Amino acid sequence: MTTLLSTPSQTVGPFLSIGLTWERAEYVVPEGTPGSFWIRGRLLDGAGEPVPDGLIETWQADPYGNLGHSVPPVRPAGGGGSGFGGFGRAMTGPDGQYGLLTVKPGRVTDAAGGWQAPHLDVSVFARGLLHRVVLRIYFADEAEANSADPVLCSLPDDAARATLVARPNGDGGYILDIRLQGARETVFFAV
Amino acid sequence: MSMSIPPAEAALPRFRRDPAGTHPPLLSPDYRSTRLRAPLKAPVDLPQRMTEVTGPVFGDGLVHADDADLTRGYAEEPAGQRIIVCGRLIDGDGRPIPRSLVEIWQANAAGRYRHDRDNWPAPLDPNFDGMGRTLTDDEGRYAFTTVKPGAYPWKNHHNAWRPAHIHFSLCGRSFTQRLVTQMYFPDDPLFGQDPIFNSVPQAARNRMIAAFSLTDTRPDWALAFNFDIVLRGSEATPFDPERS
Ligand SMILES: [Fe+3]
Repeated sequence: MTTLLSTPSQTVGPFLSIGLTWERAEYVVPEGTPGSFWIRGRLLDGAGEPVPDGLIETWQADPYGNLGHSVPPVRPAGGGGSGFGGFGRAMTGPDGQYGLLTVKPGRVTDAAGGWQAPHLDVSVFARGLLHRVVLRIYFADEAEANSADPVLCSLPDDAARATLVARPNGDGGYILDIRLQGARETVFFAV
Repeated sequence: MSMSIPPAEAALPRFRRDPAGTHPPLLSPDYRSTRLRAPLKAPVDLPQRMTEVTGPVFGDGLVHADDADLTRGYAEEPAGQRIIVCGRLIDGDGRPIPRSLVEIWQANAAGRYRHDRDNWPAPLDPNFDGMGRTLTDDEGRYAFTTVKPGAYPWKNHHNAWRPAHIHFSLCGRSFTQRLVTQMYFPDDPLFGQDPIFNSVPQAARNRMIAAFSLTDTRPDWALAFNFDIVLRGSEATPFDPERS
């Protein structure tokens, strides 16, 4: 069988918004969708400074745990169409803030026949990142599911787990800051 | 301990890890912006499960045929050398990736981006916004018509200039295959001083350089450059839970 070597990764550079902006791409679901909420947070560098030229891209199951090939994949992010695409994109603002309107994903199986906790897979792109970095977003109010999640359980300690768990913000939404570097550096994955 | 794999899980593809020497290290100090932005802890292995091996599928309603021609849509044609950039999106097993989103963005012929934060003294082109999109066809092919982007200076080090390049974003079939890269032009004299190009291990750098194609060049119209993009291939071996 042919084996070809992959094309190398490069940074999106500072002008990523020219090519990667879609109208309403931060709306994984339309406004008013039952159960929808905002996940917000800041993308921060190793000095704790906001990263204003970053992109947060998400991929997740629908509320019933269906992903991609198993649902009618009718639309990209956001705008217009019907159905659930599961894909979202949010540019960071001048203050490093991102925001995505979505619904909580259902649980999907793990390899051993158990269940993973509700999660989003996340890619982060930015000027200064020569390759995307990958994290997952979990939800703090899913404590029981989180405690049995094989990926969270594989992390060394609660401090590491906490970097991936979005906290309720009191008005139905969630907050998770993403720290690229430093003492509270987010746990990133090799996928 | 016995494990049973749900059938839906067992049927999913798994994607090979790229070998060392494929991608640039996140911390590449010559590219100054990496110093505070590169994570310094080793990444944790994420097993490929349902979420990782699926991905968005983009329908035809998403892009219009015009979106692949960056020279259209304005009163006049943009300034510069008109070119065709075309190629195939394939995986590491040589299989085409059909109906997959390709997004590009670039500077104009003078090396200026249409962006608030690009303000070096080169002219904007009222007939060029520098953004294109397309879906690959059933054989994984894509083609854009555009103009050759100019080189541009940046503040990384004294007299730093980016070689001419086009930014490419690929979604592939799954979350694991997601890739953003840059396409360069053959024989650019600026390669030697560019820390972004040179962040990639030497043996892999030529995979980012397009090839001039006389075959795809359209007589009396536009020069063509071929750029095939390879995303990660699948594991040849069936999924083995003991190794996961
Ligand atoms: Fe650029």
